[in-house]
Amino acid sequence: MSFLEYAPAPESKSILHLKKDYGLFIDGDFRDGHGTPFTTISPADESPIARIANANTADVDTAVAAARRAYDKTWSRMSGADRGKYLFRIARLVQERSRELAVAESLDNGKPIKESRDVDVPLVAAWFFYYAGWADKLDHAGLGPSPRALGVAAQVIPWNFPLLMLAWKIAPALAAGNTVVLKPAETTPLSALVFAEILQQADLPAGVVNIITGAGDTGSALVNHPDVDKVAFTGSTAVGRAIARSTAGTGKKITLELGGKAANIVFDDAPMDQAIEGIVNGIFFNQGHVCCAGSRLLVQENIHDEVIDRLKQRLSTLRMGDPLDKNTDIGAINSKAQLERIRALSEVGEQEGATRWSADCEIPAKGFWFAPTIFTNVETSHRIAREEIFGPVLSVLTFRTPAEAIAKANNTPYGLSAGIWSDKGSRILGVADRLKAGVVWANTFNRFDPASPFGGYKESGYGREGGRHGLGAYLQSGWSDALPASRSPRPSRAIRPSTKAKPAEKAVRAASKGAAS
Amino acid sequence: MTAHLTIPKTYKLYIGGAFPRSESGRTYEVATRSGAFLANAAKASRKDARDAVVAARAAQSGWAGATAYNRGQVLYRIAELLEGRRAQFVDELRSAGGVTEAAAQREVDAAIDVWVWYAGWADKYLQVTGNGNAVSGPYFNISTPEPTGVVAAIAPQDAAAWGGGLLGLVSVIAPVLVSGNTLVVVASESTPLPAISLAEVLATSDVPGGVVNILTGSPAEIAPWLASHADVNALDLTGAEGMDWIDLQIAAADTLKRVLPPESGIPTPSLDRVQFYTETKTVWHPKGIV
Amino acid sequence: MTIEQSVALAPAARAIQLIGTDLTEKSLKLHLDGLSGVDAVGLEARAAGLATRSIKTTSKAWALDTIIRLIDLTTLEGADTPGKVQSLVAKAMNPDPSDPTTPRVAAVCVYGDMVADAVAALGSAHAAGGPTGINVAAVATAFPSGRASLAVKLADTRDAVAAGADEIDMVIDRGAFLSGRYGVVFEQIVAVKEACRRDDGSMAHLKVILETGELNTYDNVRKASWLAILAGADFIKTSTGKVQPAATLPVTLLMLQVVNDWNRLTGEKIGVKPAGGIRSSKDAIRYLVTVAETVGEEWLHPHLFRFGASSLLNDVLLQRQKLKTGHYSGPDYVTID
Repeated sequence: MSFLEYAPAPESKSILHLKKDYGLFIDGDFRDGHGTPFTTISPADESPIARIANANTADVDTAVAAARRAYDKTWSRMSGADRGKYLFRIARLVQERSRELAVAESLDNGKPIKESRDVDVPLVAAWFFYYAGWADKLDHAGLGPSPRALGVAAQVIPWNFPLLMLAWKIAPALAAGNTVVLKPAETTPLSALVFAEILQQADLPAGVVNIITGAGDTGSALVNHPDVDKVAFTGSTAVGRAIARSTAGTGKKITLELGGKAANIVFDDAPMDQAIEGIVNGIFFNQGHVCCAGSRLLVQENIHDEVIDRLKQRLSTLRMGDPLDKNTDIGAINSKAQLERIRALSEVGEQEGATRWSADCEIPAKGFWFAPTIFTNVETSHRIAREEIFGPVLSVLTFRTPAEAIAKANNTPYGLSAGIWSDKGSRILGVADRLKAGVVWANTFNRFDPASPFGGYKESGYGREGGRHGLGAYLQSGWSDALPASRSPRPSRAIRPSTKAKPAEKAVRAASKGAAS
Repeated sequence: MTAHLTIPKTYKLYIGGAFPRSESGRTYEVATRSGAFLANAAKASRKDARDAVVAARAAQSGWAGATAYNRGQVLYRIAELLEGRRAQFVDELRSAGGVTEAAAQREVDAAIDVWVWYAGWADKYLQVTGNGNAVSGPYFNISTPEPTGVVAAIAPQDAAAWGGGLLGLVSVIAPVLVSGNTLVVVASESTPLPAISLAEVLATSDVPGGVVNILTGSPAEIAPWLASHADVNALDLTGAEGMDWIDLQIAAADTLKRVLPPESGIPTPSLDRVQFYTETKTVWHPKGIV
Repeated sequence: MTIEQSVALAPAARAIQLIGTDLTEKSLKLHLDGLSGVDAVGLEARAAGLATRSIKTTSKAWALDTIIRLIDLTTLEGADTPGKVQSLVAKAMNPDPSDPTTPRVAAVCVYGDMVADAVAALGSAHAAGGPTGINVAAVATAFPSGRASLAVKLADTRDAVAAGADEIDMVIDRGAFLSGRYGVVFEQIVAVKEACRRDDGSMAHLKVILETGELNTYDNVRKASWLAILAGADFIKTSTGKVQPAATLPVTLLMLQVVNDWNRLTGEKIGVKPAGGIRSSKDAIRYLVTVAETVGEEWLHPHLFRFGASSLLNDVLLQRQKLKTGHYSGPDYVTID
């Protein structure tokens, strides 16, 4: 017996009070949906967890109407201080029920409990705490005096960090004074529904947050609903593109957090042991189901073999298995469809001539699993170097000089994140300057914080979540020189007339006056 | 003695720091507001738009790589040059834009003020729109606005309503340049001549070739090519109110361009405009003393 | 003593093999400066991650016994007496009188002048480097400060070896290291190693104490670890126990990483000994996990890994009793030494 056969140390599911059926959370209560309900399963063993209501367009209408009522009658009239207190209550309740939420998340998503317990759920609480403090300080957010809420926010979130993405969306929206209709991903609705119970415990006014479950058509109906003022979406670039198209000209303010193909650049002077950890954390955290995953390893050619050797040694200590086991490093792939995509792209990688190596993991008989995999001899033209695999698959490329590393790192339509490993400060800052990525982790990777803006360049979407910037995504600037809010469909919320004009502004006005003469 | 016979100016495009004719060889007649012939302006084609994007991309990293102080100096210098050519611009706005002498003077003054206002932001916008972030852990964390890249813009078109065509153009160009973006701008179709004169100012200033590229011609013809061009990062539809701009926004969605919607009139000088053409980049680094 | 850059250092097989025969202060410095740096935050995060592993109950019984087998049971007090050393040895030989299945510790660790007492007290249980029994380890080289001439340090070492010490725990000259005189540190280790040679030509095992709490930075710990190995260390050891912080999990992880690098490079296996501050079984198990996941379970043997500890043993015994009886034990049910 090996000492390293750690104890099965599963978190008890008994902490989670599962219901057999979950309804839609609209206007403060759970209610039946009018679509055909679906069953959410555990990706670790394919066992059913609960039956989930499915919102059709009528349900979407009801939810948006509830959010609008709550906005008009309650939330927009409430003081920022009181909004903040509700967020504070939510944060505390998340902490109190953190173990339960972590179990729900790992059960439904397949991620290791040590991640849901130590990363996701603590960040969820932190997110609500952070934005709770903003609710009564909007005047100081750099958006001018009295910036105003947008109204009803439609929010659609993915399955990779179900509860954390919910927090990223709901916390700033409520702090800024918006009301929300949120749709969790079809395969991971559970934690959002437990969260709905928390909202009831927090006594949040009915309709301020509505959570509706369903598939892509529900999400589409939501973001395209005419009475929605703000759309926030995290997910694939394909869907993000469709949202950008369908909302064109509507005046809805849009935040999109989309795909990525991050370069993780390792220079030959890197702190090697930490770089190896960073590479592992970069691509195998959350089974690689991370939009900002360091899926393209760019390693300086003179240390390539050493890095790969060390990486393989390190990967052989990763434990794959029961997501609820505290010793598990790599959990289950979230769905059969995602597993098939990862398999298909990996096969393409082999066909294109890259060399595949997978860690020697025992694959459980049931459920969706994919062993940590490294592709070496990957060329920039290979699909596995360009397309987002969204799984535990690392593509390794080499570079010779910093300039080449930067060029290769930026050679992608995406621009979400990047990593730099070097002991040389000036090189880190110089390379960070030149990388076209919204988040650059230097000598670390996959760190998140509510105070830290997150979001991408180019096809990785637009807008930022987190920090002051993330708050601004849910506010109309109060500056007199604010940009126009496009074609606002609700003229009652047009920009207020400016009160103070700058000299240059006066000059423009004066010049404009004379124009027609 | 016979009176001096003037040599008419040939109005061309401004691409990559040079003044080419349209590759299509096309021109169109520019008239005064009362309909009198003024000049033949180059009518840019989609290939000219493509060339302009290539020039803008080539110039982008250099312009963004200049120090903020340097970019500010270059922009201030343009204001100086505009001041020096004040009489020429007033004259052009009167003849081409059809505005009164007083209005033309006000417009040129305003354009100069706008340049000066934006020039001053070059080394300040970062301090106002960036952030140091207190994260929960031993990490240095800072968010800075960086240029989005290549911007394509439609300048305000309706000179009859909004002036002689200089101020609108300047109000679109200047904010894009502040943070280090480069630009392809389609000038007002009806009053393109101040745009080309402005190009002459830019060409003799310290703005590197390719940083600003000015196309004259039909926005309706050129804009779709710019909106769908994969190497354009942001689309400014300020002057597109009279066009099918929603289609342009839809085309821009293909590569997730940032799109600034149309605006009635001349844009107010605005820090938001500077910020709109920036991407917030957040850099993390561990802090450890051992 | 300073070394002229042109003067070749004393020969040391590993260093000559790796750096070449042109072994000077300069070549040594160049070599050490070429080591990759350590990012403190990343290292500590990895150590914290390893500390969250939980092991099987059956593994736990094995782990507790393994910890006992890996302990250098230590007394290093100015007030040490022959009686105290006898008591320590008795505890080492029979850690839990209520349970004869309890394994013995690896060694007792004492000051050089107490070696004879320890050897006498062990009697036939003295392993003398053999596969069974208990070794005697002696701290030497003007422990703990190391502030003495090389001649004194060598005499200190020879005395301990002559008195029957099987293992020598020497301290490096931290002053020399921190002032960049790597050659001094190197040459002293080489000389002490030579002083470990017995009359019959066999050698006492040499553990080199880096005193990581005084080296202060992880980069220094990596350099010093590498330097000690190059000079001939059989073990690298974190601390004297007299300076805070003593052993920490990140520092031990880092030293294990160096040992792993050395093994990858040469195939040679170097031992690691965290010492000082490890008091609970829970802590010690974290070290075992760290060893197993960094260099492999092969290292979990007394010839490659030791705990320098005194109070740890009793906590392990309490945990052992808990595993056996199913209820929590108390301090009156384990003996004081």
